[in-house]
Amino acid sequence: MTKKTVWMGLLAVAVSGTAWAEEDQIELKPGIGREQVMANCVMCHSLDMIQINSPFMKKEKWAATVNKMRNVMGAPISDEDAVLIVDYLTRQYGVD
Amino acid sequence: MLTRRKFLKGAADLLLVGAGASLVPRWVAATELPAGTIAASLLESLPGKRPLIKRTYRPINYETPIEYFSSVITPNDAFFVRWHLSQIPEIEDRAWRLDIGGEGVRQGMTLTLDQLKYEFEAAEITAVCQCAGNRRGLSNPHVPGVQWEKGAMGNAVWKGVRLKDVLARIGLDAKTVEIEFNGADTPAYEKTPDFVKSLPLDKALHEDTLIAYEMNGAPLPHLNGGPVRMVVPGWAATYWVKKVVSIAALTRPAKSFWMSPAYRIPRDMFPGVRFTSQEKEGDATTPVTELVVNTLIVNLKDGQKLARGETVTAQGIAWDSGNGIARVEVSQDGGRQWQLAQLGTDHGRYSFRQWTFAWKPEAAGTHSLSVRATNNAGHTQPLEPQFNPAGYHNNAVQRITVEVV
Repeated sequence: MTKKTVWMGLLAVAVSGTAWAEEDQIELKPGIGREQVMANCVMCHSLDMIQINSPFMKKEKWAATVNKMRNVMGAPISDEDAVLIVDYLTRQYGVD
Repeated sequence: MLTRRKFLKGAADLLLVGAGASLVPRWVAATELPAGTIAASLLESLPGKRPLIKRTYRPINYETPIEYFSSVITPNDAFFVRWHLSQIPEIEDRAWRLDIGGEGVRQGMTLTLDQLKYEFEAAEITAVCQCAGNRRGLSNPHVPGVQWEKGAMGNAVWKGVRLKDVLARIGLDAKTVEIEFNGADTPAYEKTPDFVKSLPLDKALHEDTLIAYEMNGAPLPHLNGGPVRMVVPGWAATYWVKKVVSIAALTRPAKSFWMSPAYRIPRDMFPGVRFTSQEKEGDATTPVTELVVNTLIVNLKDGQKLARGETVTAQGIAWDSGNGIARVEVSQDGGRQWQLAQLGTDHGRYSFRQWTFAWKPEAAGTHSLSVRATNNAGHTQPLEPQFNPAGYHNNAVQRITVEVV
């Protein structure tokens, strides 16, 4: 565990600017909830993870995905934000 | 649209053109990948890599363009990159340590890279490393996850030491049931489960299971798990733990998100061995284990134009979990009649096996070529993917459609 903490400090060296600079160029579709997605989801993964998983999930699948991120992956997303995020993902990146 | 154009342009540079063929760029979009995957994917170079197909920036998930599979060994700088967690430390050789311990050993030990290299007998093996979710993007219906097409795999010559030799030095308790592996990668957020995987004892002690430090004669690249990773021939890449820094002998089955519920398949859907210590009563799943038999056409694309009356040599690869490829067959009528393809050199039972088929479509119009392999255990490929909720083990027969003019 201690070793891992030290290594995390080396992250900037580990991942060169190339990938992350490109990541900044990802543009999610406009819509209510986009702000909450940007604020929460990018903490652990780039937003292309959303783009590539579209458009084939219904609302319950997006809800299950967001629940997995909160309950299994530990993402600290508030209840209020989760509602907005699921609605946004369904509307902009889902199917009816 | 900008990224899409960039992808198309880059892809065109990579195309291998068959005899007398001209190619339409439609193939890039002509698969059944989700539309959002196609739009967000582009060819891009990671440090030390040639342009690969970017699926996600973070965690880093890039797949190998099919063209690179025209050689039986996949070059290191074209080898796919797959990480579950986003923090991937670059570890210098002299700083790397491997801790070996756990309840199943009386006294643990720590090895340096030099100790690993020079205190144990070296072993080398050619083996396919394939993500369990390769071709997930072609699942019908689509399922969430990294939307891989066909390039989340590669074949390399791996050099290292046998895990069984290292474990023999410390000796295992008779109660040991699984061996667990942890890499130096960590999650972005502390509450995310660390990526930890275990193997059943018999697979861990198999003579082909290696702790590897070389790939195709070069030090293992950082993005492919350097300086040291696990090599588990015949089994899905999820067990090939990258940047391995600790190995533990477990007297009770491992409990981690990445063993359950992740990487699970219905128990009776695929022929691979069952990982019984990880099976639970009342749950009909078992961990993904051995690769399923599969093939890939590497030099023909959907929509490609061929000249009437000219012979085109279809080229491809076939592989399985180590039973070895018995035969590869092609069909020109969508799977009713099959003809044998010519098998290439055998590079070992875990390796890609190349094959060729001289194809001469006589009439103008649309023609298809389907391909399937059968392994020495008698297993072959289904015409449609066998649906499972996480899209693993997609080995549906590949069918290419071309225009003969």
